[in-house]
Amino acid sequence: MATSLTLKNIVTKLGQGLFVLWAAFTISFVLLQIMPGDAILVRFMDGDMGLTPDAIASIRTFYGADEPFLVQYFQTIMAYLTGNFGNSVISGMPVAQEIMVNLPRTALLAGLGFTGGVTLALIIAVLATLPGFRWIRNLFQAAPALLASVPVFWLGILLIQIFSFRLGLISVIAPGPWERLILPVATLAVPIAAPIAQILLRNIDAFSVQPFAYVARAKGASQRYVLLRHVARNAVLPVLTIAGVTFGELLAGAVVTETVFGLNGLGRLAERSVRNQDAAVLQAVVLIAAFGYVVVNFIVDMLYPLIDPRLRKPQGGNA
Amino acid sequence: MNKPIAAVYAGLSQDVPVLSVRGLSVAYDGRETVHDVSFDIGRGEVVALVGESGSGKSTTAQAIIGLLPENGRLTAGRIVLNGEDISVWKGRRLDTIRGTVVSLVPQDPGSSLNPLRTIGSQLTEIWRLHGHRDTAAIRQEAVELLGHVGLSHPELRFGQYPHELSGGMKQRVLIAIALALKPALIIADEPTSALDVTVQKRILDLIDKLRVENGTSVLLVTHDLAVAGDRADRIVVLKGGAIQEADVSSRVLGYPASAYTRQLLADIPSRTHFAPRPAIPRAAAPIIEVRNLVQDFDAAGGPFRAVDDVSFSVLEGTTHALVGESGSGKTTTARAVAGLSKPTRGQVFVNGRDITALRGEPLRQFRREVQLVYQNPFASLDPRQTVGEIIAEPLRNFGRPDRAERHARVLAALEQVQLAPELAERRPAALSGGQRQRVAIARALILSPRLLVLDEAVSALDVTVQAQILRLLDGLQRDLKLTYLFVSHDLSVVRGIADTVTVMQSGKAVETGEVQDVFEHGRAEYTRALIRSIPGGRYLER
Repeated sequence: MATSLTLKNIVTKLGQGLFVLWAAFTISFVLLQIMPGDAILVRFMDGDMGLTPDAIASIRTFYGADEPFLVQYFQTIMAYLTGNFGNSVISGMPVAQEIMVNLPRTALLAGLGFTGGVTLALIIAVLATLPGFRWIRNLFQAAPALLASVPVFWLGILLIQIFSFRLGLISVIAPGPWERLILPVATLAVPIAAPIAQILLRNIDAFSVQPFAYVARAKGASQRYVLLRHVARNAVLPVLTIAGVTFGELLAGAVVTETVFGLNGLGRLAERSVRNQDAAVLQAVVLIAAFGYVVVNFIVDMLYPLIDPRLRKPQGGNA
Repeated sequence: MNKPIAAVYAGLSQDVPVLSVRGLSVAYDGRETVHDVSFDIGRGEVVALVGESGSGKSTTAQAIIGLLPENGRLTAGRIVLNGEDISVWKGRRLDTIRGTVVSLVPQDPGSSLNPLRTIGSQLTEIWRLHGHRDTAAIRQEAVELLGHVGLSHPELRFGQYPHELSGGMKQRVLIAIALALKPALIIADEPTSALDVTVQKRILDLIDKLRVENGTSVLLVTHDLAVAGDRADRIVVLKGGAIQEADVSSRVLGYPASAYTRQLLADIPSRTHFAPRPAIPRAAAPIIEVRNLVQDFDAAGGPFRAVDDVSFSVLEGTTHALVGESGSGKTTTARAVAGLSKPTRGQVFVNGRDITALRGEPLRQFRREVQLVYQNPFASLDPRQTVGEIIAEPLRNFGRPDRAERHARVLAALEQVQLAPELAERRPAALSGGQRQRVAIARALILSPRLLVLDEAVSALDVTVQAQILRLLDGLQRDLKLTYLFVSHDLSVVRGIADTVTVMQSGKAVETGEVQDVFEHGRAEYTRALIRSIPGGRYLER
């Protein structure tokens, strides 16, 4: 949770971040190791390749697959610390290179999806406060989980159906670089927008009946002014926490979205690696996801005191 | 009753009244809650609207300033402010008079300022909202005003945030906001009910002083007839949304015309009459003995001493009151007696056993002898349980009697607190504040404890309900030979119910002794300040 912004706090937060990264690395490493079989078996045991058991054994030695568990663990950690993420068994390319190619694409998709989701949530929240749009608020109150629980793959297919096949608005075959992103971004944005809009609406309702909003009205402020200058900032605060948590959803969403829309990116890479038990790539993807998560939540923690003065220094008012 | 008050107060309100309410009726969702209310406020005059919660006093005030909740509507009547009927005004036009002609001092200073904006920005806002643009001049005027309402270091306060100020300081800021544009009328809606008694007095004194300086009229909304009597020229008593009586204060307090007003008068805490307390038996043994209690807490700015060398003893079957303002250490002391905290130093003997040394099972068994009743009857009851389940809960921790016996004991406890047995099936939401506090007391009694710690147990209640609960506690004590440790910020409540009292200030016991003695010959300056702060001095003998 957010606390005051002191050097001690920042150091603690960084330490916690490093711990999360180490834990993510270790847990995923253990899980990947205890899985039966590995990528080398999946790829090279195929009878069509006609490799002799001796040849496979030498490949295994090359990848270090038969070393004892702890030796592999420390070797991998040391390699990671020097920036060497190993090689993909499937493509044969260095993992670092695969990541560098795919990361920017997914970052763009996720960034646009997140921005789009937050913008959509804000639009919904603002609309719902207008007199003619009360039904929006009622909809969110009646079925709060409705939009949040829409499965991403289903939404993606639905969007393609409507906008590409029925309305023909967005080309499926050879779309432009930006055109290609419209539907995937929308698919990612909706499940992010739903919980944020829901919390915003609930907070706006809660803070609008707070005594300080009433006092502002008694000063002669209009309803709109009170909403914008007094209620909005208070209502946005808790959304920040949600935004940090949603980041995890973004990465999960990217796996599905990239697969449904046939885009290349980290999600697609992760999906391919899971299918082939490509441990080296998976290990790196997990660590990058954890890294993103840690960074986003660190930023959220640092932003809190900037927005909420109560978190800047210890409480204390006397007499 | 609409008496031509102008004749009585000829000197004050010869001209047009600042506010004239005529035949006002207000309905929520079509159900009328305020019926045909009429009264006037002359220039520079203070009129008090008095009644318990649900009497329609706050609704009337909200209607006057044009800020009824969304489901509320004026169904009849006129609200004439400075000669203009504003009851027919709409939206933007009403915004222009709020803050300029009529302004508000709210009830709860703790939540009435936006936590994310500085004091300065919230104060200067009222100038900006009404078209003032000279930033430097506004700032200078705002800082001067902060000083004028009695805030030290006004320059510093200007840049601070609400959480850096105490409740009393925040209420001063809110008064500054209400006064900034020198309105003709200030509506003060229970302006001090959330504050400590000595702070209450200072805030009411401040409103008085500023009113005299500026010639502002004040509509004071309060549940406390004693406060109204001290501060108002005239009093309007409301019950169930209708006026019971309206007259000059000295008459309402001296010669009340309605039965309801007489009831309210009898319920003023400092005047509540109980059967005289039995003489303290000389031979009685002390059931509580607190010796040199010290409690330190770790706080952000280093260790903090909440209780500093406090000693007192309480005889069996008597009531001892711990009185002090927030932060005085009274609740911390009470928690130590209940065995809920480990004191830093000192001893607490209950029934001859040093409970600071108790651990594990003996401590658990000890808790059975001592039960607590808390201040807020709305927060201390689980809304999802029925009243019966709430009352029976302590039984589940001790002995687990079978269903039939549990039921019988719940009914017995309900009877002890004078609640109908049917209530056992209801949930807390269906109960009034007074009923909830009775449920909390029943829950405390079900284990037949010998000692009850009552932590501000009546502070959140209206005077009438407060008096009923105090009478209930008094009766229970006589019947069950209970000992009470009664924690309160309000010295006036203590007089009728306690035998002995310890007055606490900043963690220290500044005075301890028999109640009558402390009231009449209190030596500590702080005790005398507390006694002076008890409202009701003007028209009521104490």
